[in-house]
Amino acid sequence: MLEAIIQISLLAVSISMIGLIYRVIVGPTTPDRVVALDALGVNLIAIIALASMLLHSKSFLEVILLIGILAFIGTVAFSKFLEKGAIIEHDRDH
Amino acid sequence: MTEIIRFIIGFLLIAGSFLTLVTAFGLIRLPDVYTRNHAASKSATLGVMCILLGTFLFFFLEEGHFNSRLILGIIFIFITAPVAGHLISRATYNSGVSLWEKSVRDDLKDKQKYEEKNM
Repeated sequence: MLEAIIQISLLAVSISMIGLIYRVIVGPTTPDRVVALDALGVNLIAIIALASMLLHSKSFLEVILLIGILAFIGTVAFSKFLEKGAIIEHDRDH
Repeated sequence: MTEIIRFIIGFLLIAGSFLTLVTAFGLIRLPDVYTRNHAASKSATLGVMCILLGTFLFFFLEEGHFNSRLILGIIFIFITAPVAGHLISRATYNSGVSLWEKSVRDDLKDKQKYEEKNM
């Protein structure tokens, strides 16, 4: 029973990722694509959790934290680039 | 007892996957960037937190393995996902993406003029 529920939710998260990929491809502006990619990273975390339950394996649970940190850093870098045109600013000239 | 635990885990997984589906529908159907960001940063966060809580209960109660990384992951996502949504929304507004044409009110419209006057 639990196995069937895990498979159903894996299917639902996969369909949701297809919808987000549609928004990444179509999205009229760049921030649309960044928002959709951030949500894709969050959905990838859910897929890893469901797959590790399906495989009865504890080895993939570090990956959850790692992908969370990487998605956050990527979104922050992209929003700084969109707002200021540079990700790491240099020192002032005077 | 184990049936009750399995019922709770299954309920958390179904709720989480339903919320991720709601995220996808929001991103497809809503009209402009700000409403889409609203959909993506709230329901995706709650959905993945439900799924991670279900995973934690699965490994803790079915296999007797207390995994602290899952708790750290839940807390980290709960803290950082709204911050990322705020940052990308502010960058969107400052880079000049317009609102939906049926929006009735824009309180930040005069911000540029106000800052130039008070320089």
